[in-house]
Amino acid sequence: MSTPAPGSDATATYLLGLADDALVTAQRLGWWVSRAPELEEDVALANIGLDQLGQARGLYTVVCDLEGAGRTEDDLAYLRDASDFRNVLLVERPQEDFAVCVVRMLLLAAWQSEVYAALASREGPARGVAAKAVKEVAYHLDHAAQWVLRLGDGTALSHERAQAALDAEWPFLAELLEPDPAAVAAGHPDPPSLREAVLARIVPVLTAATLVVPEQSTGQPTGQPTGGRRGHHTEHLTDLLAEMQQVARAHPGATW
Amino acid sequence: MEPGTDRSATVEPRDPMPDGYRRTLVRQIAQHAHSEIIGMQPEGEWIACAPSLRRKAILMAKVQDEAGHGLYLYAAAETLGTSRDDLLEALHTGRQKYSSIFNYPTLTWADVGAIGWLVDGAAIVNQVPLCRCSYGPYARAMVRICKEESFHQRQGFEILHTLSHGTPEQHAMAQDAVDRFWWPSLMMFGPPDADSPNTGQSMAWGIKRFTNDELRQRFVDIAVPQAEALGLTLPDPELRWDEERGHWHFGTPDFSELAEVVAGRGPLNAQRLAHRIRAHEDGAWVREAAAAHAAKRAARTPGQEPAA
Repeated sequence: MSTPAPGSDATATYLLGLADDALVTAQRLGWWVSRAPELEEDVALANIGLDQLGQARGLYTVVCDLEGAGRTEDDLAYLRDASDFRNVLLVERPQEDFAVCVVRMLLLAAWQSEVYAALASREGPARGVAAKAVKEVAYHLDHAAQWVLRLGDGTALSHERAQAALDAEWPFLAELLEPDPAAVAAGHPDPPSLREAVLARIVPVLTAATLVVPEQSTGQPTGQPTGGRRGHHTEHLTDLLAEMQQVARAHPGATW
Repeated sequence: MEPGTDRSATVEPRDPMPDGYRRTLVRQIAQHAHSEIIGMQPEGEWIACAPSLRRKAILMAKVQDEAGHGLYLYAAAETLGTSRDDLLEALHTGRQKYSSIFNYPTLTWADVGAIGWLVDGAAIVNQVPLCRCSYGPYARAMVRICKEESFHQRQGFEILHTLSHGTPEQHAMAQDAVDRFWWPSLMMFGPPDADSPNTGQSMAWGIKRFTNDELRQRFVDIAVPQAEALGLTLPDPELRWDEERGHWHFGTPDFSELAEVVAGRGPLNAQRLAHRIRAHEDGAWVREAAAAHAAKRAARTPGQEPAA
């Protein structure tokens, strides 16, 4: 076990948040496999879920190395309770409506694109993971954009459902763009500085999809749902983890 | 010339072929495609609770492969002049079948291992000869599918091996899964030859290369030493090496159970079909939106006709 480098606690905290975002996203996408609107979409959503799962695993491994406490990726995924998870609230709520699935993917992928690009552009323990992730989330962003466009500019019904999904998901974007002390302490861009770039990826897609961009109150967290990075979650995360962790926890110390 | 007469030549989509040959192929390829997509359900249920991140990733990729196999097979069936929509309609209305094995429940994590080892193992024994089937598009789809299936089979074996050599509870879980999946896996080869009226014609046409009983025997011969390597037993008191025949002797599966499951009265027939129909119906508005959007785009682009 090596002595942690200065700032490594903050780096571990910051990367843990990103890893938890990715794992919870993968868990939600897994639900769609065998339930997608067409077979091609079963393949695509599984693919995107696998990418997110791979990002989570890569980042957990970096976090474990930084901690130097002998924990593994599975310890982090299976042996922490909801209050120890650091993911944003956007990703943890159920998404059993296809419009919610693709709108949420658009918001998350736009943000992940900026975050992973920043991580990949500088020396650091997560550079390799981020460099791979940049390419993956570019595909997620494109896939989500294509679907938001089809739904927004498709039928009257699909337009209505896409707008409803956007209205429901939009308030959760604010949390991704809040000041994050761990990011700053770790030498990463403070999320508010990414705001313009993230919106520049999202808003043109919504406009092309003939959707109305909800009031742009992002970046001013007052009244917006927040708290995930500090471990304050909705009851949905508890349910998600209960399902995800049940087998592993029923057999303490077992190998799989 | 009748298909299958010249074993070195394949029949291709534009070649003339007997109606019965075409019908038999559509039925068989469709049933195979339906089995892939219904087969996503019993394992898909375990993606959410796979006990390690590595296993979760492997399982998610496996179920994704099954969706991909469904795509290749529906595309192969389409070369015979039918559409995926028609085939899905036939599945949803019960006119076409899928493999009876997927009507059994996956009760524990070990079932994911048993499905990989036994169900994919049986599928490989069934499918490897299809890589030399007389119909070209089907044969070529099977080459790709068989490669991935053998990967899945090894992963299933590895899951069971880990469980069998793990805690006593894990070992018991593995044994229980094998006990439940062994006989239904033997039934995957279909009824005994004496009760399989279509086998003769399918063999003459070069669609099938071996009879149901020949394939079943081959599977048992492969599985018995593997069970030993796993440290698990097979639930058949009649199982013994037959020196004279050079094969493992095994008991007779309960074919009345197979007939019941095929007739729609298996443990989960209703649930599997309801899940599939619900996904299809819940996604209708999305497919309609995609079609409407494509038509709008085409209308906005001069010189391009909207897609049919």
